[in-house]
Amino acid sequence: MTTHPIAPAAPPDRRARARRWLASWRHRDTRAAYLFILPWLVGFALLTAGPMIASLVLSFTDYDGIGPTHNVGLDNYRQLFDDPSVATSLLNTLVFTALRVPLSMALALALAMLLLRVGRASGFFRTVFYLPVMTPSVAVGILFLLLFNGNAGVVNKALGLIGVTGPSWTTDSSWVKPGLVLTTLWAVGATVVIYLAALKTVPRELYEASELDGAGRWASFVHVTVPQISGALFFTLIVNTIASLQTFTEAYTAFYGTGNTQTYSSDAALFYVVYLFQQAFQFMHMGYASALSWLLFLVILVITVLQARLSKRFVHYEYEGDPR
Amino acid sequence: MLTLAACGGVTFADEPDTFTTMGFTAGDALSAVRMELATAALDPLDVQVNQGAFDEQQFLSSVAADDPPDAVRMDRALIGGYAARGALVPLTDCLDDQGVDPADYRAGAIDEATLDGTVFGLPDSYDTRLLLVDQDVLAEAGDGRREVDTSDWDGLARLADDLHTRDGGLLTRIGFDPKIPEFFPLWVEANGGSLISDDGRTARLDSPEVVEALEYTVGLIDAQGGWGRFKSLRDSFDQFGAENQIAQGQIGAYPMEDWYINVLAGASPDVPLGTEPFLGRDGRPINFVSGASWAIPKGSAHPDEACEFITTMTAAESWIEAATAKAGEIRDAGSPYIGDFTGNVEADRVIREEIWEPTGSAAFDEASLLIDAVQDASFSVPANGAGTEFRRAWQSAVNQVLSGDKEPREALEEAQDRAQTALDLAYQGER
Repeated sequence: MTTHPIAPAAPPDRRARARRWLASWRHRDTRAAYLFILPWLVGFALLTAGPMIASLVLSFTDYDGIGPTHNVGLDNYRQLFDDPSVATSLLNTLVFTALRVPLSMALALALAMLLLRVGRASGFFRTVFYLPVMTPSVAVGILFLLLFNGNAGVVNKALGLIGVTGPSWTTDSSWVKPGLVLTTLWAVGATVVIYLAALKTVPRELYEASELDGAGRWASFVHVTVPQISGALFFTLIVNTIASLQTFTEAYTAFYGTGNTQTYSSDAALFYVVYLFQQAFQFMHMGYASALSWLLFLVILVITVLQARLSKRFVHYEYEGDPR
Repeated sequence: MLTLAACGGVTFADEPDTFTTMGFTAGDALSAVRMELATAALDPLDVQVNQGAFDEQQFLSSVAADDPPDAVRMDRALIGGYAARGALVPLTDCLDDQGVDPADYRAGAIDEATLDGTVFGLPDSYDTRLLLVDQDVLAEAGDGRREVDTSDWDGLARLADDLHTRDGGLLTRIGFDPKIPEFFPLWVEANGGSLISDDGRTARLDSPEVVEALEYTVGLIDAQGGWGRFKSLRDSFDQFGAENQIAQGQIGAYPMEDWYINVLAGASPDVPLGTEPFLGRDGRPINFVSGASWAIPKGSAHPDEACEFITTMTAAESWIEAATAKAGEIRDAGSPYIGDFTGNVEADRVIREEIWEPTGSAAFDEASLLIDAVQDASFSVPANGAGTEFRRAWQSAVNQVLSGDKEPREALEEAQDRAQTALDLAYQGER
C-alpha cells in the first residue's frame, strides 16, 4: 500500500476568494477592466519589473557598462558598508527628506485652505500655484544658484531689507540643503490640488456641530479638518517621502552638472541618487550602482512600511468596512 | 541594454548611410567651417551632428547597447577612463592610414589622450592658461607694483590681501583668485609636484607638494573673506557681458583660459586688461593645458570614415581655413581678432604668422603674443584609467577643504585612497 503526501489545504476563505476571482472573469466588465489596464501592465513588466530584475542580477557582478561581466558575489553589497560616500549621501538624503516633506505638506495645506476661501478666483489661483510644477527641474536647479547667491541673490537681498545678513546658501555646507529645500517648495502645487479636493469633501455639518460645541478655529482644524483629510495627508506623505528620497535633478544641476558647477560641489549636496548616478555613468561601476539602487529600494520600503503602520493610528477612512 | 539605450534617449547608428557624431556643437566659423570640410570628406555619407555637450550617460548607454555614435568629442580628461575599459578605438592604425604624425599636434593635448603609449584622441580644442590682470585695480596695490608674480607665494598673498575689498559682510572685490578647484593642477605643478605619475597609474594626491599647494591656495581665499563670500561674488560676475568682472573692477588678478580673452575682446574691448605668464615657484613660466578631443567609440558603424572625419576636423588645413573665416567675421563686426590656438602645431603657426594681425590694442596684442610664447612650457594631467573618478577624487578633496569640512592633509589622504583604488581597479579591469 502506498501513501500519498497530502498537500496542506488552503484556508477556506482564500479558496473562496480565488473562486470568486476566477468567476469574475465571466463578466464582460471584468475582462474590459483588465484590457484597459493591460498597457500599464505591459509597460510595468518591460520598463520597471524587467530593469529591476536586470539590476538585481547586475548587482552581483562587476559590470562597467562596456565590457564583459564577472560574478563578484556579495562584494558590491559588502562595499556599501565600507564606502563612506554611501553613509554621507544617505544622511544628506534623509536630512533633506526630513526637512522637505513636513514643510511642503504644511505649506501646501496652508495654501489649499486659503484657496478654499477665495471663492470664484479659486480656479485662477489654483492654476497659478500649479504652474511651477510644470517648470523643468533643471531650470529650478539653475534658479537656485541665482536666487540664493550670497552676494547678489534675491533671497539675501530681501533678508538684507529687514537687517538680516543672509548665509552663503550655495557654498556653506550647513545651508546647502535648507536652500535646496526652499527651492523645491515652490513646486507644491500638485499637493495643493490634492488637499483642496480633500478639503472640499469635508461635510459642513461637522464644522457647524463643532462650532455649536464651542470649538474655536484651531480646535476645528485639529479635530475636524485634519481627521477628515487624513487620507489625503497620508497619501502625500508617502508620495513626497519617496520623491524626496529619490531627489536628483535640482542638486545635480546646481552642483554636479556640466560646466563650472561640477567642479564646485562639496559633499553637502551629494544626495543618494546623485552618488548612484556618478557610480553608474561617470565612474562606470554599473554593478556597484545596481547594489546602491537596491539599498535605496530597501530604505524606501522600510520607511513606507513604517509610515503605513503608523497610518493605522492616525488616518481616518470614511468606509472602515470591507471595501468590496 | 535596450532599456539603457532608451534612457540615453538617442540612437545613433541605425542608418547605414548616416554618420553620427556626439559632443560637438557648430558655433562660430571655427567650428562650422571645419565641420563642412569633414562632411564633404565623407560624401556621400549623410553626416548627422547631434548638437550639444558630451553626455556621459548617453554615451555609456549607446556603447552598452552597441549603438554608439561614429565619432565622439569629449573632454580629454575622460578619454583615459573610456580607453581603459575598451570603449574607444586605438588610433594607431587610423593615424598610419591617414599618414598623420601625432607630433603634428601639441604634446600636451596628445599626452592627455594617450594611455599606455596608445593615442585615443585628436585635439579639437586647446585651452592655455595665463594670468589676467585688471591694471586699474593693480595700480591700487600699496607697494605700487605693476606686475603679479606668482612665483613669490608670500608676496602674492600680500597682494591678494591688499587688493580685496569688503563692504560689511560682503566681499566686493577679489584681490587674487587662485581658481581652485579647477586650476588646482596648475598650483601643484607650480609647487614642483604632480597629481599623478607620468604613466597615469599612481596617484600622488597626498604628496607634500600637493598638500602645501592646497593649504596655500585655500589660505589665499580664507584671507579674503572665506569660500562662501568668495564664490558668491564670483558667481555674480557678468562673465560674458560688457559689465564683466574686469570692466567692473571686481577682481585684481586670476589665472584663466585663453578663450576668455576673445570674450573680453568682443564684450568690452576697452577693459584695462593685462596678461602675464603664470610662474612656478622656481620662476619659470608654466602653462596648464586641457581641452576636448575627437575619438572613435568601440562599435562605430563607420570606423574608417570616422578616422577620416576626425583627422579632417583636426588637420592644419581645416583649422587654417576655419580661422580665416572666423577672423573675417570678427573683423567685419568691428572687433579685434586675437587669434586661435588649436592644438595643431602647424595651424597655430600659420594663424599666428598669416591670419592674425596686430589689432591696435596693446593689451590684446600682448595677450595674443603671450599665449604663443608660453606654449613651450605646457603640461597636462596625464591620461589615466580612472578618468572621471580620479578627477572627482581631487576635486572633492579641494571642495571639502574650501567648505571647511576637512583639513587639507586629511582630505587629500582620503582622496589618495579613493583615487588609487579607482586606478588599481581600472587597470585590473575588475571591481
